[in-house]
Amino acid sequence: MTGFQRTIATLGGLSGVLALVLAVADAGEAGVLMIAGSILLAAAGLRHHLGLMPEARIDLAASIAGMILLLTVLDGEMPSASWPFLVGCWLIGWLAVEKSLAARGLSQAYSTVISLAVPVFFGAWIIFVWEVLTVGLQIPTVLLPPPSMIAVRFAASTSILWADFQQTFIKAALSGYIIGCGSAFIIAILIDRIPFLQRGLLPVGNFVSALPIIGIAPVMVMWFGFDWQSKAAVVVVMTFFPMLVNTMAGLQATQAMERDLLRTYGSSYFQLLVKLRLPTAAPFIFNALKINSTLALIGAIVAEFFGTPIVGLGFRISTEVGRMNLDMVWAEIVVAAIAGSLSYGLLSLLERRVTFWHPSNRQKNL
Amino acid sequence: MTGALSRVFPIATVVAAIMVVWYGFTVYLNSPWQIEQYEKAGIEWQMGDLVRDTMAHDRPILPAPHQIVTEIWKTTVEKKITSKRSLIFHGGVTLSSTLLGFAMGTILGIGLAVSIVENRAMDKSLMPWIITSQTIPILAIAPMIIVVLNAVGLSGLLPKAMISTYLSFFPVVVGMVKGLRSPDLMLMDLMHTYKASRWQVLWKLRLPASVPFLFASMKVAIAISLVGAIVGELPTGAVAGLGARLLAGSYYGQTIQIWSALISAACMAAILVAIVGVVSHFTLKRMGLRA
Repeated sequence: MTGFQRTIATLGGLSGVLALVLAVADAGEAGVLMIAGSILLAAAGLRHHLGLMPEARIDLAASIAGMILLLTVLDGEMPSASWPFLVGCWLIGWLAVEKSLAARGLSQAYSTVISLAVPVFFGAWIIFVWEVLTVGLQIPTVLLPPPSMIAVRFAASTSILWADFQQTFIKAALSGYIIGCGSAFIIAILIDRIPFLQRGLLPVGNFVSALPIIGIAPVMVMWFGFDWQSKAAVVVVMTFFPMLVNTMAGLQATQAMERDLLRTYGSSYFQLLVKLRLPTAAPFIFNALKINSTLALIGAIVAEFFGTPIVGLGFRISTEVGRMNLDMVWAEIVVAAIAGSLSYGLLSLLERRVTFWHPSNRQKNL
Repeated sequence: MTGALSRVFPIATVVAAIMVVWYGFTVYLNSPWQIEQYEKAGIEWQMGDLVRDTMAHDRPILPAPHQIVTEIWKTTVEKKITSKRSLIFHGGVTLSSTLLGFAMGTILGIGLAVSIVENRAMDKSLMPWIITSQTIPILAIAPMIIVVLNAVGLSGLLPKAMISTYLSFFPVVVGMVKGLRSPDLMLMDLMHTYKASRWQVLWKLRLPASVPFLFASMKVAIAISLVGAIVGELPTGAVAGLGARLLAGSYYGQTIQIWSALISAACMAAILVAIVGVVSHFTLKRMGLRA
């Protein structure tokens, strides 16, 4: 056990003691539960000084038990004991993470589980703190609704959310993404044969991809009407230049030695392209595809602020904000976040499959 | 000389081609309305008239580049800076929140990157969520965040700057983590033989090594900060800034106003990125990293 871990453990235990003192001082309705929880926390933190049961899972169990207990106790108020209690839970949870990451000589499967479980635990903590603070401090739901309320609203309005998702993600963002990335890819390959255009277009393309292209949304709505076509047009323009620039840079990434080797094999332009240059460009292309996957969703949603039929993520967000239904807005944000993360994750998986030979992927398997 | 010329010439050609295409589209897109007008008035028209008149609409579907330039000239040079119609005034509002957001984002990004490199628990728990944070279309919910923050009493510069911060910290974190980890084993071993503490390794080796990465990230971050500031100005109630100009233009069909705001935003982005580039060039030169 390192000094750092010992410090965290001691601080966590002391927070438990402080919570215990405060809970005993104002023994309310939830007093007994709070006292029991504080004793648990204090014991979990301070047991390290006695050298008892140093396993990480005991810390984890103590932290999770504390979280559940705090959620049941909270009812529209934060008793003073709950602040040190919250801090104590967090410190003991952190300790569990520190310990399980520092553990040596674990099996492959077990360390994979840990590397997945740690971020999940962290995410759960953020949602937990959000819930505790919004419920405990009675933050008005028009400002920030608690996660539980968002979850209820999400479950209750899946049909609306699905319709919005279809309109914005599948019709507008996806079609624009495919057209934008596809056309940029083809044009990059065509331009690649003309060095003059390449030298001219690469700086211009770099310039344009740094521009606030999102601003053309009102123009596109004016040109292509209110339905999804105008949103798709915004997405096409937004995704085009990152893809063009990255593909062009990727196609230039081969080394003279490699090209010479293929030439000595007597390979044609087409063979050179398919067997050497496109594979070399793949990491660049995937980089653009990943950047574009978030850009596409942003473009489609923002474009809906400038005029839309009565369906779509952006439309729902802007109208529900006006009606102060923040829980619905957050439900839409959850949809967008899930859609965004899933597409990013899928692209990353695909990238790992396609560019398995790339150093950045090989290193992870060590 | 020939070197510079051979670099500028292709770029100039591409830009000129874009201009030609633009003018072509101006005539093409604006002509249906113009022809209708001719027919209503019963005027015999020639191709020359059509080309001239399509470029002189008040509310064209696509304004010609020279119309935009005139509008920008009118709203920058000929208006007083304090005027509500001055583009410099609106640009200044956007610029201030861009720079504030960029500064906060860069500091936050560097801080997160250092803690990620120094602590494994932070690395494992934070890194996946930092990536996830960017898949949330924050720009799309930016107007809502502005409205909510206004309700809490935070108004003016800070809410807009926070959108920019959220967007700009990400490239800085990713670049800095890469940069802080860039010193190779040999250099780390050297520091160990000097019995350097973790702090000294960070201060004397990792941070200097990460400077080129930092500047590369800052170029991306400042451009994206500007986008954040503009979108932050979109919600109704925003009275100043380039984003407000865009929204007002779109409500009243003032296409020339929209395009002039867009072009000035583009110029601002280019200048900001160029400034970071110049600072980067001189800093790196001073550090002896690049000739």
